Amino acid sequence: MNHLPILPILVPMVTGALLLLLERRHRTSVLRLWAWIGMAALLAVSVALLVQVQREDMLVYLLGDWPARLGITLMVDRLSALMVLTTTLLAIPCLLYACAGWDKRALHFHALFQMQLAGLNGAFLTGDLFNLFVFFEVMLIASYGLLLSGARGARIKAGMHYVVFNIAASVVFLMALGLLYGMLGTLNMTELAARIAVAPPERTVLIQAGAGLLLLVFCAKAALLPLYLWLPEAYARAPAAVAALFTVMTKVGLYAILRVYTLMFGETAGPLAGMAWDWLLPAGAATVVLGALGVIGAPRLRISVAYLVLLSAGTLFVAFSIGNAGAISAGLYYLPHSVFVSAALFLLADIIQRHRGSGGDYLVPIASMPSKTLPAALFLVAAVSIAGLPPLSGFIGKLQLLNSVPESQTAWVWAVILGSSLMTIIGLSRSGTRLFWRVDPTPPGGPDAPPLRRSEIAATVLLLAYGVVMTIFAGPVLRYTNAAAAQLLDVETYIQTLRDTTPQIREPSP
Amino acid sequence: MEFAIATAIGVLAASGVYLLLRARTFDVILGLTLLSYATNLLIFASGRPVVGKPPVLRDGVAQTLAQYSDPLPQALVLTAIVIAFAMTAVTVVIAMREHADLHTDHVDGEEPDEVRRGGGAR
Repeated sequence: MNHLPILPILVPMVTGALLLLLERRHRTSVLRLWAWIGMAALLAVSVALLVQVQREDMLVYLLGDWPARLGITLMVDRLSALMVLTTTLLAIPCLLYACAGWDKRALHFHALFQMQLAGLNGAFLTGDLFNLFVFFEVMLIASYGLLLSGARGARIKAGMHYVVFNIAASVVFLMALGLLYGMLGTLNMTELAARIAVAPPERTVLIQAGAGLLLLVFCAKAALLPLYLWLPEAYARAPAAVAALFTVMTKVGLYAILRVYTLMFGETAGPLAGMAWDWLLPAGAATVVLGALGVIGAPRLRISVAYLVLLSAGTLFVAFSIGNAGAISAGLYYLPHSVFVSAALFLLADIIQRHRGSGGDYLVPIASMPSKTLPAALFLVAAVSIAGLPPLSGFIGKLQLLNSVPESQTAWVWAVILGSSLMTIIGLSRSGTRLFWRVDPTPPGGPDAPPLRRSEIAATVLLLAYGVVMTIFAGPVLRYTNAAAAQLLDVETYIQTLRDTTPQIREPSP
Repeated sequence: MEFAIATAIGVLAASGVYLLLRARTFDVILGLTLLSYATNLLIFASGRPVVGKPPVLRDGVAQTLAQYSDPLPQALVLTAIVIAFAMTAVTVVIAMREHADLHTDHVDGEEPDEVRRGGGAR
């Protein structure tokens, strides 16, 4: 049996447990060494998974060798492998940035960081709805720790909102699971897809209720318009390395929506087919508009970046709800790009905040920044990329998306996407000029700003370099996302693959 | 029995939502607890409530579905209880920290304006 699919969960989990044990006796340098060893292993595993998925299309892993309809399965398709690799690539610069000093101040940072990765990877790999809930919880519990360790005042307040909101969402998730299990008698996503297709009509209403609750939960995690209120404050208050890692958390909700509503409520679902997308398209467009307004109106750079995260989530909602293979593929290209660039902007905002002294990252022209050339150049690259200007990756993603909008919807979808890009450009230009240009010619009299730390700059550069690499190798990446989108829409193959996977050691039950 | 369980779930969920929407952290925590109780009952009921049938195989009882109750929801409920329990503990800790730091048990970390203006105590 091929044990590769479970390794992206096991590696960070074991590393995290190990780090927790080492923490009491050893200095930070030892912890960092082990964290990096774990990270290297995770990178190797993620790349191996991606390569293998390209060769074999889909991997199904039966935990405990139980048959799929009884036990928990892990299911790796191209989408999962892409998400796991994105998470790992994002985690490397985040860890690098944290190792510049934050990890000494936050309690249990390294252990929680690894647990967060285990939760994220688990959510991307599992093929079972209840297991998805469990990994959501693992991910969230670690995120509470990362967000709140050492927190005071405003961060505690933002954390309280974040925690309560997410617990309420988890409760609704469980209600949806209860309804779906009661109606369909299984929680394996693929098996659910097969059973929804043949569900008796009198059960349709309750199944629909369950599916609607599920949609509500995922939208809350992905910060769709009415459910986004927790996001800006929590992301803007989180420590920089953590906020950068959190950029992938909203994408987990989006991933779950894409997975559940293409697989379970795809073309085969009869009366429930495509039930989510009609709602999500206008809501996504509204989120895009709100995100763009937030970018312009934000008083601080980090809040503005938090709204950029919101904007990219909205764009992805639009891409996924259009629902043809081209748009989904464009979304899957846009997703890693937006994760990397907004993470880079969070790190950059933190660097700027510390170097402006009393000005923080408030967008007011008050103090000049010593050695501002490098941050300014990095900000320019990130802004060009996230606004979708050529030649960087944002442009390719948006171009591909606009290209695949069906003709009947062209007018307003183009208007929303292009209008929001324009507003982003305006907002970020204003931030840039206020932070870097319109400053006092005389340096402030306060204490000298600390010098730029090399590892922090390296982390930001690395994140932006991912974007550049995605631009240069746009061809292969797009071929991969095209294949992933085509695979997602082919529900029959999922059902067939799952049913063909039988336990190898255990006797097959009748 | 179905009616009793359904009513219990409904009442718990309604009180939970009401408390969750209040402005004090203690009420919110109680609300989350009640809401998770309602959910646990709902999941438990999704395996169809039956009386006097065990969830595990027994010697001497025919191995057919009619003789047993569905064990899976009970396992799911166990997981859900543990997670809800842990989460309640986390919220309590955060609420206490918030109270210690900001000297208020309001969920927004500060008293609303009318209280500050009206109550001369501050």
